[in-house]
Amino acid sequence: MAFVQLEGLGKRYGEIDAVVATNLSVEKGEFVSLLGPSGCGKTTTLQMIAGFVEVTSGRIVLDGRDITHAKPASRGLGVVFQSYALFPHMTVKDNVAFGLRMRKVANTELQLRVDRVLKLVRLNQHAERYPRELSGGQRQRVALARALVIEPPVLLLDEPLSNLDANLREEMQFEIRRIQREVGITTLMVTHDQSEALSISDRVVVMQAGRITQIDAPYTLYEHPRTEFISGFVGKANLLPGERDGAGVVQVCNRGDGELTLSLRPEKIDLREKGQGRLQGQIVSRFFLGSQWLYGVSTALGELCVVRRNDGSAPMNEGTPVGLDWDAALLRVLSVDEVPA
Amino acid sequence: MSTLTAIRQGRQGYWLSTPALALYLGLLVIPLLLTLVLSFNVFDYSSGIDGDAYTLDHYSSLLGDPYFYEIFLRTFWISALTTLLCVVIGVPEAYILSRMGAPWRSIFLILILTPLLISVVVRAFGWSLLLGADGLVNQTLQAFGGSPMKLLYTPFAVVIALVHVMLPFMIIPVWTSLQKLDPAAEQAALSLGASQLTVIRKVVLPQIMPGVLSGTLIVFGLAASSFAIPGLLGGRRLKMVATLIYDQYLSELNWPMGAAIAVALLLLNLLIMLSWNRMIEGRYKKSLG
Repeated sequence: MAFVQLEGLGKRYGEIDAVVATNLSVEKGEFVSLLGPSGCGKTTTLQMIAGFVEVTSGRIVLDGRDITHAKPASRGLGVVFQSYALFPHMTVKDNVAFGLRMRKVANTELQLRVDRVLKLVRLNQHAERYPRELSGGQRQRVALARALVIEPPVLLLDEPLSNLDANLREEMQFEIRRIQREVGITTLMVTHDQSEALSISDRVVVMQAGRITQIDAPYTLYEHPRTEFISGFVGKANLLPGERDGAGVVQVCNRGDGELTLSLRPEKIDLREKGQGRLQGQIVSRFFLGSQWLYGVSTALGELCVVRRNDGSAPMNEGTPVGLDWDAALLRVLSVDEVPA
Repeated sequence: MSTLTAIRQGRQGYWLSTPALALYLGLLVIPLLLTLVLSFNVFDYSSGIDGDAYTLDHYSSLLGDPYFYEIFLRTFWISALTTLLCVVIGVPEAYILSRMGAPWRSIFLILILTPLLISVVVRAFGWSLLLGADGLVNQTLQAFGGSPMKLLYTPFAVVIALVHVMLPFMIIPVWTSLQKLDPAAEQAALSLGASQLTVIRKVVLPQIMPGVLSGTLIVFGLAASSFAIPGLLGGRRLKMVATLIYDQYLSELNWPMGAAIAVALLLLNLLIMLSWNRMIEGRYKKSLG
């Protein structure tokens, strides 16, 4: 049996189903992200695990113990909130020590553990400061330290990086992953940011309208999105009509009315000379992303998005006619969304 | 540069405060100064106030007479008790209020504010109807076979009516500081193993102390200088400082003595409130800014 097990977990608010019969198994030491648009039920799911939201149906099992109706305090889980939820009237040290004081840990051991965890999050210089004297990233790390110091069986992160600016967010992603690896703690993170989910998780759980629609490792999720929604939500995707040829191989259907919907990632399309390749088009827009160029190419199958590496050569101009080519093995057949997005 | 920034940078911006300053000066500072001067004027029961002669007699009789001590002491313990009761009732009430759902919260907030819409005099008479010798409370007591109690014209009546009047002044500042709390901080404390009671004691209360402090200052200040309630519910014998001043002015016609008592009340009130403020704020200033 898995370390954390959600069995048919559901939550109803009046007439509205926030979470519907959700099943999920998380192994010990694993880093799992719940990814989805806002209102998809990911935060409700996390709050049910934390014990802040009453469960309507199903069970939550932690290390063989049914905690479905246990009080938050008795679950002993570490929670990091989107707003950090630090205690503003306590120093960093007292914030971190709070959980240990509640557990009546002896003073010498308490000091030792607080010092150790502050070193882990690289805040030992700031132990005597108050939260309002810290930067966003530092507050984030205090919140992390406060959750980790009680040595919880599971760490729950609720949109932990959404209040940070872009540079800091990337830095903190790696920081969270480093700390998680170092401590080896089972972690569940809620996020609406696909790149965050892809970069630091072992597995990503995609949620839509209260249901799980795909669970996979980040690479598999990106390369094999199951539905139209997922292919568009996780990374960029070109949707193309397709059909199976005589040999049963999936091909793009140039007539524009295929029986299949195919997904083709923008970086998997090659730009060729006019007249070459599988499809002809004309560049209509161009965006510079630093390491990449993002082209919009108008074709008979609609406007396609193409990403090219910035290799130092001159970019293509808008209006240039081009040929598009791709490896047919990289086309992915999508199934129809079973839930409204 | 816009006119507004020009005003902000230049000194002429201060002129904008003239209306408020004029009001403050004309209605507060000047009358206070006149009262101060008056308190030093010589008074004689046959010839009245002598505006040209000055004396310290009123202050020395204030300091020398235990009768005044008793009234000042009574005023301050009644105000302190009123403040304490307002904290005990008002803080939990504000907390419950802040936890209420959408329609109920505004309904109860308005209910709490309604006493402010009714004149203090009307409310005081209401209490005297309830607490009088054959008021509702005593009638009920007698109906159940008890003997009637003297409730009106006791400190009990004054305190209960003062608490009723002052409660909104405690609830509103506390409620305001509760609004600033991050509800996730309470959840964080719960997840770290704190009981609901510990959450309130260690996380909520310390954060709303600035609100409680302003509430206690407002309530104590208003209670110590209150006039209508002690006048109507304390009666002729249970005097408080404000009613004493009224008597000096209008019964004894000894205006300088009344002014001296008023100045003494103001100074004592200021002293108590400033030291209370220092004591509490000093403890929370560093952490809460």
